[in-house]
Amino acid sequence: MPQHIPSDSVGIVTPQVAKFDTPLELRSGKVLSSYEIVYETYGELNANKSNAVLICHALSGHHHAAGFHEGDKKPGWWDSCIGPGKAIDTNRFFVLCLNNLGGCHGSTGPTSINPQTNKPYGSDFPMVRVRDWVESQARLADYLGIEKFAAVIGGSLGGMQALRWSFQYPDRLSYCGVIASAPKLSAQNIAFNEVARNAIMKDPEFHDGHYMEKNAIPKTGLMTARMLAHLTYLSDDAMGEKFGRDLKTDEIKYGYKPEFQVESYLHYQGEKFSTTFDANTYLLMTKALDYFDPAQYSDNDLAKCLAPANSKFFVVSFTTDWRFSPERSEEIVDALVEADKDVTYACIESEKGHDAFLIPIPRYVKIFTAYMNRVAKELNL
Amino acid sequence: MSQQNTQIKNQAESQTELRSDLNIIQNWVADKSQVLDLGCGQGDLLAHLKTQKQCKGYGLEIHEDSIVSCVEKGLNVIEHNLNDGLAHFKDNAMDTVIMTQALQAVSRPDVLLDDMLRVGKEAIITFPNFGYWRTRFYLLTKGKMPMSKTLPFNWYDTPNIHMCTFRDFEKLCREKNLTILNRTVVDKNHQKSLSTSLFPNLLGEIAVYRVTK
Repeated sequence: MPQHIPSDSVGIVTPQVAKFDTPLELRSGKVLSSYEIVYETYGELNANKSNAVLICHALSGHHHAAGFHEGDKKPGWWDSCIGPGKAIDTNRFFVLCLNNLGGCHGSTGPTSINPQTNKPYGSDFPMVRVRDWVESQARLADYLGIEKFAAVIGGSLGGMQALRWSFQYPDRLSYCGVIASAPKLSAQNIAFNEVARNAIMKDPEFHDGHYMEKNAIPKTGLMTARMLAHLTYLSDDAMGEKFGRDLKTDEIKYGYKPEFQVESYLHYQGEKFSTTFDANTYLLMTKALDYFDPAQYSDNDLAKCLAPANSKFFVVSFTTDWRFSPERSEEIVDALVEADKDVTYACIESEKGHDAFLIPIPRYVKIFTAYMNRVAKELNL
Repeated sequence: MSQQNTQIKNQAESQTELRSDLNIIQNWVADKSQVLDLGCGQGDLLAHLKTQKQCKGYGLEIHEDSIVSCVEKGLNVIEHNLNDGLAHFKDNAMDTVIMTQALQAVSRPDVLLDDMLRVGKEAIITFPNFGYWRTRFYLLTKGKMPMSKTLPFNWYDTPNIHMCTFRDFEKLCREKNLTILNRTVVDKNHQKSLSTSLFPNLLGEIAVYRVTK
């Protein structure tokens, strides 16, 4: 635990678990007969339950978005934007964040026990798509008695879920925040994911995804996958600024071990990730990203796809994000204008690449705060 | 449009309830129409059109603080550089496309004018008149690029890179076979008067045009 919890933190938080016995039929045709969802909440749900904000997490995210777990030094992954007085102000909003199905932080996923075999699901865990997550999130909302969210907000893969919410459950949200996201992946995005998956699946310790039964972990593959992904989240400028061509030691050693600081950093990131994340979850999440293309069911017309939406939209991109570039966000904005929807769009100057959406860049925080103030004002919260 | 220019606009907007050139414009916009405001500043016109005329509007703006002001007013504001054109918008997507005091600051006013009338059925444009007598007098007597309250910049740092007169603008409209539906001029206080109506190119400081294809 940090010595001092900042005054703008939601403080110590404890995850909760919701159990569901109603079978969930997935897009793939498979069925999850029962499942658990782990979630956290911050702030107070008001009497008429109108101040709930759902936060959807990205590829490697989870339910712990803000505050501190007992004993932890670091706060949740979006603590910069969630808390008293922050952009998503917990003095006004009741914030809900969950670990998505297929995840590895407590909700039912590949590391859970398959009731039919009494062994971990491993690669037998059914593939989950963005629409399945939205469905499970709606069920969690039902469980908590929330009929309509004030806002559904997400960054990256989380933004895809928020976007999906807008037309899958148009009457269950008033505002939709889509940050550093895209209406579908590009061929290059899919290619990066495939390299990552290949690294995992070719690891000798992968055992066709049933590594847990063998007490093994495809650590090298997961590490390589994360190293690749991590560098796509950064910009050339950000890496240049952080590491340049700095060496770990005074001179080059004519060896193949990491010598440049950037190599050492990537190894550290990969190592850290490979000990806390599940390889099958990584495969599943990247596939959910790849498959996401809701407009394909509307003649590849995104405006037509978004036509049923009743919410107002807030779209944000970052200048050096080349994984989900501003142009991708602008595709969403253009479709929303074409579909006659209310939309506000900002492209934030930042050298931090895709990761920028997690960083409290002053201009980003300012417009995000202004937008959430508008949400609170228009909903009389 | 440059941030400098937007700031000037914002200062002007914050000084009055609704600038009278904006007042003229709102009379030319039909109730419940779909409006696109290029360089919408702090969104005063859009807010007025939304509440008074039930218009559905979008504003394009590049200046950060102006975008935040629009968000605070509950407007649809889209961050966009007008020099990148309006390719994001479909043909005839809007009833009216408005651009106040920005024509002279974009890289290709003629191309943008085409784009405005591709996206909108009508365009409303206001710009500072370089044929205004004080501007002519300044150049004639001082032999230097004119500077004034409306044109406060040096020649080397001005965002106003394509200054024109009423006649220049009307010539452009003729070349493009555009129909001028309305035309009016106001002085620097954005007021109409008899003299500006009689000799617009000489006595009018700001031009307000409503054109269509």
